[in-house]
Amino acid sequence: MNWHRYASPAAFKRFAVRVQPWTAGGALACLGAGLYMALFASPADYQQGESVRIMYVHVPAAWMAMFVYANLALAAAASLVWRHPLADAAGRAIAPIGAAFTLLCLATGSLWGKPMWGTWWVWDARLTSVLILFFVYLAYMALNAAFDDPTRGSRASAVLALVGAVNLPIVKFSVDWWNTLHQPASLTRLDAPAIHSSMLWPLLAMALGYTLLFAYLALIRIRAELIERRLAVLTHAKFAAEPAR
Amino acid sequence: MKLPKARAAKRRRLAVLLLALLGLGTATALTLTAFDDHLVFFHTPSDVAEKKAPVDRQMRIGGLVEMGSLERTQGAPEVRFRVTDLENAIPVVYRGVLPDLFREGQGVVANGKLAADGVFRASEVLARHDENYMPPEVAEALKRSGRWQDVVGPGTAPPPARN
Repeated sequence: MNWHRYASPAAFKRFAVRVQPWTAGGALACLGAGLYMALFASPADYQQGESVRIMYVHVPAAWMAMFVYANLALAAAASLVWRHPLADAAGRAIAPIGAAFTLLCLATGSLWGKPMWGTWWVWDARLTSVLILFFVYLAYMALNAAFDDPTRGSRASAVLALVGAVNLPIVKFSVDWWNTLHQPASLTRLDAPAIHSSMLWPLLAMALGYTLLFAYLALIRIRAELIERRLAVLTHAKFAAEPAR
Repeated sequence: MKLPKARAAKRRRLAVLLLALLGLGTATALTLTAFDDHLVFFHTPSDVAEKKAPVDRQMRIGGLVEMGSLERTQGAPEVRFRVTDLENAIPVVYRGVLPDLFREGQGVVANGKLAADGVFRASEVLARHDENYMPPEVAEALKRSGRWQDVVGPGTAPPPARN
């Protein structure tokens, strides 16, 4: 299969225009249904009580923080190896979305931690590695914008994104490798998930909604990045063509 | 087979990138293994028994509140309980506010210092939530059928029924 066919900016634009409305509609439907189930229809937890509802916002945000970073690392690899402008645009477009999901995850986790654990924050391996993930997103965005030449900015930040990718397995497995205050995974266990089905469905609906929302925002932002780049090239060409005085 | 120059360059960059990632991954794995003891958030009572925990200074111990070990002091905000990992247990004394989830059979992390008499004097007690989520009716059914410890884990206990 020829992937380069989809990597051309023009082909991407045709693809994005076709897919975008479906992601928007899907995200609205899933988040609407998910939030209704999570906040009203699902039962309270046997020991957390109503506070369990924070989980439906927090857990998918944490998944997205990692999923978006995995995408960012892939875009960075494509940018370094194939030097493709679409990969540069994708990296720049999705980093702020990933940072936003990570911040949402940290904030809601803290709000849950106070009533349940008895503290807003602890420096255990899971919480610390997620905070580092957030800082790597911010560093990526800062480094990307720090150069006058956007290509150099893309190269430098792509290297940073790949170095930061070693943090992803640490975030995921921190709760298994070391003992932490944070609980281990409930879904990705070898035996059955430790979440009752009445709470699992709202969680999965929210997760699908977040994913579609990410796809929608990413498509819009990548298109905007491509247009911006094109505009910069045209402006540059126009001034270069004017005779020097 | 002779590759065109651009494709050869891409192959080379891909190879360099994979090698660099492999090196970085190995370095990270080695570093994390070396600092293993410092990355744990708490020590288990067995760590303390095997003298693997830094008992001479402030540290955290974690485990389950042993069933039947909780004693509240009349007229004072002081509690005594034992933290167990089902092999070893440490007596803990704590003055202060306990988190809502605190009860016998619940996971806890206590921050404090092990005194010479073997009692852990905690300055902070945090509840540790497990990975189980279920509605109260399901918890009640598990409790009635006596399958609680098979599903949730040995040494744990369901909370008392809420009215």
